[in-house]
Amino acid sequence: MQKYLARRALFALGTFIGVSVIIFLVLRVIPGDPLVAILGAEGHAQMKPEDRVRIMADLGLSAPLPVQYGRWLIDIGAGRLGKSFFRGDTVADLILHRGPISAEIALLSFIISWIVGLPVGILSAFKPNSLPDSLARALSILFIAIPGFWLGMLVVLALLFWFGYKAPILIVHFWQDPWQNLQIVIGPALVLGLAQGAYIARMSRSCLLEVIGEDFVRTARAKGLRERLVVLRHALPNALLPVVTISGVLLGFVLGGSVAVEQAFGVPGLGRALVVAVIERDIIVVQNLVLLYAAIFVAVNVLVDLSYAWLDPRIRYG
Amino acid sequence: MGTILREMGRFARRNTLSAIGGVVGLLIVFVALAAPVLSPRDPLKADFRRMNKPPDAQSLMGTDQVGRDTLSRVIYGARTSLFVAFSAVILGTTVGSLWGVACGYLRGRFDLVSQRIMEILQSFPDLILAMAISMAIGTGLQAVIFAIAITRIPFGGRVIRSVALSVREMPFVEAGRANGASSFRVMAVHVLPQCIAPYLVLATTHLGVAIVIEAALGFLGVGVPPPTPTWGNMLADSITALVPPWWLAFFPGLAITVTVLAFNLLGDGIRDTLDPRLSPGFLRLVTGAGRSAPAAAPTPLTSPAAKS
Repeated sequence: MQKYLARRALFALGTFIGVSVIIFLVLRVIPGDPLVAILGAEGHAQMKPEDRVRIMADLGLSAPLPVQYGRWLIDIGAGRLGKSFFRGDTVADLILHRGPISAEIALLSFIISWIVGLPVGILSAFKPNSLPDSLARALSILFIAIPGFWLGMLVVLALLFWFGYKAPILIVHFWQDPWQNLQIVIGPALVLGLAQGAYIARMSRSCLLEVIGEDFVRTARAKGLRERLVVLRHALPNALLPVVTISGVLLGFVLGGSVAVEQAFGVPGLGRALVVAVIERDIIVVQNLVLLYAAIFVAVNVLVDLSYAWLDPRIRYG
Repeated sequence: MGTILREMGRFARRNTLSAIGGVVGLLIVFVALAAPVLSPRDPLKADFRRMNKPPDAQSLMGTDQVGRDTLSRVIYGARTSLFVAFSAVILGTTVGSLWGVACGYLRGRFDLVSQRIMEILQSFPDLILAMAISMAIGTGLQAVIFAIAITRIPFGGRVIRSVALSVREMPFVEAGRANGASSFRVMAVHVLPQCIAPYLVLATTHLGVAIVIEAALGFLGVGVPPPTPTWGNMLADSITALVPPWWLAFFPGLAITVTVLAFNLLGDGIRDTLDPRLSPGFLRLVTGAGRSAPAAAPTPLTSPAAKS
């Protein structure tokens, strides 16, 4: 197991480095002159040549590209993430200040998705093609198709009309005022959680139905076990693995989706910081935030892999 | 022709929902193509006498802050959104599939390296990768298409690779090799035709995802720039107002939802019909007649990972 852990961690590290290479290629090599990328062609043309040279040197952008890449990796290792081109904030501050809000949204939406999705999937599988099953399936098809950010906009509009809702301007952390904090994160978490829940319901239904057709389930029924016990004790544990997998994959969707959903709700999370940075072409910030999002995704995939061994005793890593 | 119609009839009977999805999808494509004829007004023409009007007889979906007709903009938006989605999916899936065929057939070091690259590409949340790429190459129609296409490559690559891996062991491929055909010829003539069905499945299932990514990019202000109407940038426009008029927020989003729903339903049906690997019978065949090991469940063709 430890050997497997070490191998898996090494593999993930390789992926992380690959991810950083792609980010560097996309954001620093493709656009050509980084100052043109930041300022746009017109802004760049208006600048004096000596200013350009000074700013480039100041930002460490005049070194050869491989050297710049190496420096970036060293900086990441040392926890120096650079700072915004337009504001004074360092990227590390940005992450520490806004990160918790986005993390809360992701975590809460994950919890909501299981609380909603799994029971719905189980109920559907209990009586396939019954009225509740059809309803559940129709709803999950619908929630998979609705873009989260649009649903978020509609929720905000409704709240605005009936309750005079205002988008939160200040960040209130959980440890400062739990109630206020919850009001900020609950909307995005609900929207993202329901969409994930739809996938989880669909997946758990089809996996359960497949397992229910197997011999050991028939045996359990034949020995006179109540249907509830048959499904919950015998079938469910054997159907969970693909659901866990899909839940891990869905995290990629939450990470991406939260960016748009935060924008819709006007929640000042990390996703909005990324959007602002992209629109302002604040390359250093974009580069590090995109890396962070990808790194989280890679880490979650490792966790999902490890959870297999825990969930399924048949799987043992040597 | 008769056979095709009969086949379609059978498909519709077995997958009623998908057939409905297909019809609605075709309708939306038709609306997009016929936009100049169908739209009641010029989608770009501002009318300062009719600003911020709620839906009425003159403009069925109301007008926006500068008096442009929302219905016309939604219709023209279908053009941009569908064009971007179709181009991106065709481009990305084709490149990915060709790459996948090469991986599966050639195997060896090329395959190993390619698989790692695809895995790395899949380590990015789709929307975030698309945002970064479209920022790097400049926002615009081509940039958005290119950005979305790149996020689709690994899906094509991985699925088609697994198809090619099994096809390469088949007798007719071996016969081709034995006849002295070059690797390229064997891939093009013998392996590639076997990949068409999975390719179609992939392409349809990813259309919905591509539409959502396009809309999200537009909504975040990094998609196709205004004044060209897209469903995403119309939504972005609507929230610039202090109190957004509901019709500006509602109709473009409804258009996205209906379109995505239609393509998803169609894709599900096509997958059930064309992809035998996902049918229960085949699953039992692969995993043995007894208990199925869940870990051996096939990788789903659809990526749910791209919703926003």
